[in-house]
Amino acid sequence: MQDSNWRILTRPLIDDNPLTLQILGICSALAVTTSLDTALLMGLVVVCVLGLGSALVSLMRHQIPHSVRIIVQITVIATLVIVVDQLLQAYAFELSKRLSVFVGLIITNCIVLGRAEGFAMHNGVVASALDGIGNGLGYAFILILVGALREFLGKGSLLNMQILIPTSQGGGFEPLQLMLLPPSAFFIIGGIIWLIRRKRPQQVEEPEFSLRVKDRRAR
Amino acid sequence: MSESRPRDTTTRALTLALLVAFVCGLLVSAVAVGLRPLQRANVEAERIAQLQLVLNALSAIGRVQSIDGLEQRMVELASGRFDDSIDATRFNSERAAASSATGTAIPSELDLAGLKRRALHAQVYLVRDAAGRIELIILPVSGRGYQSTLHAWLVMDGDTRTVRALKFYQHGETPGVGARIEEPAWEARWRGLRAFDDAGVLRIGVRAAGSGYSEDAAYQVDGISGATRTTQGVDGMLRFWLGEFGYAALLQRIREEQY
Repeated sequence: MQDSNWRILTRPLIDDNPLTLQILGICSALAVTTSLDTALLMGLVVVCVLGLGSALVSLMRHQIPHSVRIIVQITVIATLVIVVDQLLQAYAFELSKRLSVFVGLIITNCIVLGRAEGFAMHNGVVASALDGIGNGLGYAFILILVGALREFLGKGSLLNMQILIPTSQGGGFEPLQLMLLPPSAFFIIGGIIWLIRRKRPQQVEEPEFSLRVKDRRAR
Repeated sequence: MSESRPRDTTTRALTLALLVAFVCGLLVSAVAVGLRPLQRANVEAERIAQLQLVLNALSAIGRVQSIDGLEQRMVELASGRFDDSIDATRFNSERAAASSATGTAIPSELDLAGLKRRALHAQVYLVRDAAGRIELIILPVSGRGYQSTLHAWLVMDGDTRTVRALKFYQHGETPGVGARIEEPAWEARWRGLRAFDDAGVLRIGVRAAGSGYSEDAAYQVDGISGATRTTQGVDGMLRFWLGEFGYAALLQRIREEQY
């Protein structure tokens, strides 16, 4: 782990993106990306929780007994998430209603615990905070891409500003209903993963199984 | 984590776990308690905003100008009498229900809404026409859904039998499944539905999605597939609040044109 701080911050954006390379945090990525504003807010919340959570866990890493480390990490993360959720309910009520349970479910998001256990337990506070923020930004980056695409194709708007006028209001744009349903996020994330791996073939995984020799011959 | 750790003793683990739990618990409690007034105000504003939406849709708001122009009454549920000795501005139905002085336990066989307790009083709103006859009755209703308590405004016609609107303003149901009860398309199905038949028997309800024709079809709304428990909660909620332990006495009095 001799990487420069800049690499720690930027590597999770594309090279080591938690969503497209590690395929973590997919559940919330499907749920909160129907529009750009929810995707932005969710991204921001995850950046805060990941950055703070990793920094706190790193700060305590010499004190945390090995046997109870996961529970301690979860407690710290859960506390942060609940605090953020309460703040949103008090100061951004409308958006917090639309994010509904998915803010609370950040606790179970594997990215957060993964960074705490995989990075913050072995690295200094600054590096851990940067790693957390970087991973949060990587997650937010994909969320924003998907959110923008879904809102634009599904409603013809961005950040609730109408750009294309739908046919129901006399325009020439037929909204793609599918984009507002969860499966569309699968398709878009799949497409993004494919694009990234075309550009960066080293991300392509070895197939776990291959055809038997005689089946291969039969083809 | 290869280096051996002399500090990994059971006592140490317990102490640290307790310490972390204590600090985190303190923080969460402080934030939750500190922010509660703000959150309450948000929920209350949402409640009123949803009522405003309902009234806009029923184009009643033009006549009554705004929510403040509605006739607001406190009702004693058991008798259906208006009781203006209660301070409506400080009334909170959930807090009232919890106290033994201002709330009552609901007999379990009548507790279709799964609420266990309800307040003795309710805060309702009335809209009158030019002749002073009651045109709309706006009732707050609540009931147990799948994983949360549903809160809604039920707007009844002055005839006390026809539903004019149902609008959910607070719930915590699963997004995309149970939460679809607040979609305009589903809420619209309640509009104009008869809650009671000509004999005055309560017939309103939610029909399981896809079940065939039945005599009650004229009084029922199709459920949402995938959200059976939530829509059954809506069913129980409406049948409870329109039933004898709910607003039946009030509706009876309005029907007899006592108000």
